[in-house]
Amino acid sequence: MSGPLLSARGVTRRFGGRVACHDVSFDLWPGEVLGIVGESGSGKTTLLNCLAGRLVPDGGAVTYETQSAGSVDVHRLSEARRRLLARTEWGFVNQDAREGLRMGVSAGANIGERLMAVGARHYGEIRREAADWMARVEIDAARLDDRPGTYSGGMRQRLQIARNLVSKPRLVFMDEPTGGLDVSVQARILDLLRGLVGGLHLSAVLVTHDLGVARLLTHRLMVMQGGRVVEQGLTDQVLDDPQHAYTQMLVASILPV
Amino acid sequence: MTASQPALRVCGLAKSFTVHAQGGLSLPVLHDVALTVSPGECLALVGPSGAGKSTLLRSLYGNYRADAGSIRVRQDEGWIELVGAEPRTVLDVRHRTMGFVSQFLRVIPRVPAVDVVAEPLVRRGADAAEARQRAEFLLAMLGIPARLWALPPATFSGGEQQRVNIARSLIVDYPILLLDEPTASLDAANRDGVVELISQRRDAGAAIVGIFHDTAVRDAVATRVHEVVPPVTPSGAAP
Repeated sequence: MSGPLLSARGVTRRFGGRVACHDVSFDLWPGEVLGIVGESGSGKTTLLNCLAGRLVPDGGAVTYETQSAGSVDVHRLSEARRRLLARTEWGFVNQDAREGLRMGVSAGANIGERLMAVGARHYGEIRREAADWMARVEIDAARLDDRPGTYSGGMRQRLQIARNLVSKPRLVFMDEPTGGLDVSVQARILDLLRGLVGGLHLSAVLVTHDLGVARLLTHRLMVMQGGRVVEQGLTDQVLDDPQHAYTQMLVASILPV
Repeated sequence: MTASQPALRVCGLAKSFTVHAQGGLSLPVLHDVALTVSPGECLALVGPSGAGKSTLLRSLYGNYRADAGSIRVRQDEGWIELVGAEPRTVLDVRHRTMGFVSQFLRVIPRVPAVDVVAEPLVRRGADAAEARQRAEFLLAMLGIPARLWALPPATFSGGEQQRVNIARSLIVDYPILLLDEPTASLDAANRDGVVELISQRRDAGAAIVGIFHDTAVRDAVATRVHEVVPPVTPSGAAP
């Protein structure tokens, strides 16, 4: 039996004198989707960035089980190896798609670039695969040669998802992937992510402040408050039988429709 | 059928709720619950409203976190303890062994009814077309008109949603089934379809625990009854 895909041990990060995340530990197993929830400023995004190697923690360690090279300490890799990992085995979906896309090149090139990072060289095949992924994320293939700047916000987010998933990563980090979008656009992206994550047997760490998104997409939840994990467990159990005062307050604050 | 090992064993189960918004008020619900269910049995939970029947059922599924005691499930020729188990252990048991029919369908935006029903089978690696066929068969058996199959159930009536929910939970032959008022908002004809399906599962060897307010339904499906005793609060009154 294989072990966890990603392990965090005592991950701590400060900004000046302020603790952004403190002593966070967990294991993420293959096929699991872990949600990190909490209010703005609770340290969710800082933790995500530490996990993905984008921020160096002040304390603790993050270990990732690579496909072929065994387990690695994410923060002790050389910059070149970490970038290679990020381009091949990982994906990162930003809240603002403009940060995750290359705005100066076409949609097709945005998708194709990831394929080339994992060794694709045949132009026709890259283009065909890019068009196929455009269809999977419900973007008209006629927009393949347009730059993402000409896309709507929802389309841009779907393009960012396609760019991240085309190379079939094993682990995807997502930071508020539906934040700032209309609810109808949100529903479409949630449905898409749900299908893709389940169908590709991806593992994912998803940061969101939206408990509805967490319920729909995640298996497990960690609830953060003031940089600390105050509660964790099965998603439906945390949301239906919250134990910590802060989680109870969060769950009680959901607006019914 | 040969007498076999029980499928589910519960002992010493306790559950209370602490409400932090009420100054840490503690509401005891379950105390020292013990029950055993074997394949082919259907255990009906009975007791007055507020006695904790739903809480017990949800605790068995791991939806509520038990405070103490043991919930053991038979899987792969062994026993799996659910109290205090890792999330992935509970998910694996739910995936392969234990199904739950709640009173309400949690709708997923944009997903058609037939795919909502087929999903648990597809997740277990079944062929998508076969799963769809099986889903359509169940929807038809539960009286959902074919014109609704391709629509997301968000706009369905309460009774239709509930039957979609039942179809989704029964599409996999779970060895253990937990049913929370599976016929609550159904008319007589549709109720009979559900009773028929549950009885089939029981006779095929499923171990079932359920809450059935409708005594006719209970009489038709249950083989035994388990009395859930209302919690005693310090003042002596039910909360």
